[in-house]
Amino acid sequence: MQDDPVIRVVSKVMIPTVMLFALYVQFHGDYGPGGGFQAGVIFASAFVLNAMIFGLNRGRHVWPANLNLLAICAGVLLYGLTGIASLFLGANYLDYDVLGATAKSGQHIGILLVEFGVGLTVASVMVALFFTFAGRLTHIRLMSKMQAHEEASPPASKTKTKAKKAGGRS
Amino acid sequence: MSSLAGQWNYFLVIALMMIGFYAVIARGNMVKKMVGLTIFQTSVFMLYISMGKVSNGTAPILTGDPQTLYANPLPHVLILTAIVVGVATTAVGYALIIRVYESYGTIEDDELIKMIEAEDAEDSEDMNGETQSA
Amino acid sequence: MMQHLPVLQVLLPLLGAPLAALLRGRDMAWGLALLLTGAAFLISAILFGLQYSAGEALIYDLGGWPAPLGIVYVIDAASALVLPVVSGLAFVATIAARRLVEAEIDARDHALFYAAWLLTIAGMLGQITTGDAFNIFVFLEISSLSAYALVAMGAGRDRRALPAAFNYLILGTVGATFYVIGLGLLYMLTGTLNLTDLAERLAEVESTRASFTALAFIALGLFLKMALFPLHFWLVPAYAHAPSAVSALMAATATKVSVYVLIRLMFGVFGVEFNGLADAIGLLILTLGIAGAFAGTLAAIIETDLKKLFAQSSIAQLGYMAIGIGAMSMTGLAAAFIHLFNHALMKGALFLAIGAIAAQVGRASMQTIEGAGRQIPITMTAILVGGLALIGVPLTAGFISKVYLVRALLEQNFWLLAALTFISSALALAYVWKIIEAAWLKERPKGAPVLVETPVHYVPAWLMVLATIGFGIFAGPLVDAAYAAAAVFIGGAR
Repeated sequence: MQDDPVIRVVSKVMIPTVMLFALYVQFHGDYGPGGGFQAGVIFASAFVLNAMIFGLNRGRHVWPANLNLLAICAGVLLYGLTGIASLFLGANYLDYDVLGATAKSGQHIGILLVEFGVGLTVASVMVALFFTFAGRLTHIRLMSKMQAHEEASPPASKTKTKAKKAGGRS
Repeated sequence: MSSLAGQWNYFLVIALMMIGFYAVIARGNMVKKMVGLTIFQTSVFMLYISMGKVSNGTAPILTGDPQTLYANPLPHVLILTAIVVGVATTAVGYALIIRVYESYGTIEDDELIKMIEAEDAEDSEDMNGETQSA
Repeated sequence: MMQHLPVLQVLLPLLGAPLAALLRGRDMAWGLALLLTGAAFLISAILFGLQYSAGEALIYDLGGWPAPLGIVYVIDAASALVLPVVSGLAFVATIAARRLVEAEIDARDHALFYAAWLLTIAGMLGQITTGDAFNIFVFLEISSLSAYALVAMGAGRDRRALPAAFNYLILGTVGATFYVIGLGLLYMLTGTLNLTDLAERLAEVESTRASFTALAFIALGLFLKMALFPLHFWLVPAYAHAPSAVSALMAATATKVSVYVLIRLMFGVFGVEFNGLADAIGLLILTLGIAGAFAGTLAAIIETDLKKLFAQSSIAQLGYMAIGIGAMSMTGLAAAFIHLFNHALMKGALFLAIGAIAAQVGRASMQTIEGAGRQIPITMTAILVGGLALIGVPLTAGFISKVYLVRALLEQNFWLLAALTFISSALALAYVWKIIEAAWLKERPKGAPVLVETPVHYVPAWLMVLATIGFGIFAGPLVDAAYAAAAVFIGGAR
């Protein structure tokens, strides 16, 4: 699809806009509708669009799987550690009041950090879902071709089931 | 409010719920089962979201005016969580379907059951064969 | 830090999960899981002590928001009793997991396996601790979703794990969704999700049709999750084809937590005297319970695969717990709690011992254990004692469960049910005898793979066996704790 100039140009304009909008939804979530879940999904959609237009391999190159796993875990840990920070400041778990100078600024800091953790995890989980499922597609197409081939020439099928029994992890 | 027309949202929810549940129970194809399950879950989201509606209420954003009538935000927040859970369930479900297809070559329930039963039988045959040869 | 223990109980394994997923290198993730489950067990033991000495519920406000508004964690006599069961079993299963996981799961997946392992434990501990009805759903899904993934990880060895995990997912999600529908109706009626608050406000609208419907949805959803007959068909394949470590953890804890949640919702929220429906509901649960006890035991007798056999017997044992609940009395509820505790110990012992065999020869069946009694006597003795405890032989914990169960039934003059309970327990002798016959009375066939045992293989299982015998002989404290737990729901809160 990367050969079509219209799609390429439009998506190149769209991707940064989508990301910017995601950041707006993320950080405006303190004052209006928005927040980590929505922002994460919007942010991830930029990566999905990128991979759909320019191919899976380039998409993976932009955001490698290891980094993605790190981001998934970092988001959850940021959420948890924000709560633990308030434990050490002498309040209950996830009590943001003690995080800032006043209760109000504490709530601000707390919700900002927690929502950022949520956004990070949701975005990277969505990206991970897309790449994992899309990555299997070529594999499955190959498999159904092989199956069609096998059905055309039946005698080989008996031995096949035994070999397959170990289960498939590719 | 007690009139049937006033409760149209519940009829919608129940219709969706039964469509989804029927698909889960009656369809043999695993993908169709997952689609049914998603519809079933969505009906519950609608149940919660419609319960948060307050007549003439606005979005629950602080305006400074205590007289403002606003919709109940709690069910929406609960359903935000439930939607995330639903996404996770769907992802795990389809991942399992792909793995099933990769190792069995089918996602039809009846074919799968035959293959699983054959494997169960094969297991005990293998064992018998082993003892007899010993 | 003492006052933060209720939240740390859930938080440690929950935050351990993302850390475990990141750890690379041999045994790192396992070490972290061991450390955290050990800590969780220690915390739950301390909580039990604190709750016992305080004599009242310990309440923890998350985020500093007090009861009806915020989510609270409640440690009362009931949750203080069930927490150590789950965390203790999780700890012992984690000890055993190292060897089992190395034998059965691809090395690349170890980090993710332990991440899911910690998540499912965190989810179960959360369901027990939380005092918020919707929070129960969230934790239920956390533990279930990671459980589906764990079961599916058995696919490297046995591809039947995949369809088993899928069916488990479909039925588990339907169950959880039913629970949420019921909860939605309750929220519409009362406008609250806090369990204590719900109970109070529900009293005003008790006889409305919506509240009956809510009870029906919630009970049905939880029956599915606890695999009560006839909603148990997901359980056997899921336990049989899962990795051995996962079978042990889930068989010992997963369904028990749902039993606990059912008790909490049915008795804690709807109340014993639920608008005169107590008799009808009790009768329904009793019938399903006794039917499950027979169906599970009979299916176990004809089974040759050991994991499937004991999974079927789990159906029967869950039936006994249901009988305790269905008696709708103080003694009955106490018997359910006692059996919940004891059954976790017995099934933990059995599945850990079976796992030690399955990890060596790929599958534990009547044929693979032929003559094993002489080759691996210590492991086989663990299975034997576990089996005897399932029957309810004196000096094992199973006996105590049966005594209180029968006492609860006789209190209400359910003579027939008491007799049926006795008969179905005696029938369990058949499948235990099959194991004795295969393991001790038959010669090990020539050419059969040689089974070995070292302390690594049998220590985790024997820890559970010793606990089974210990609680069978010195049952006093357990019985007291179970009565205290029952008192939370029936008659004055403790």
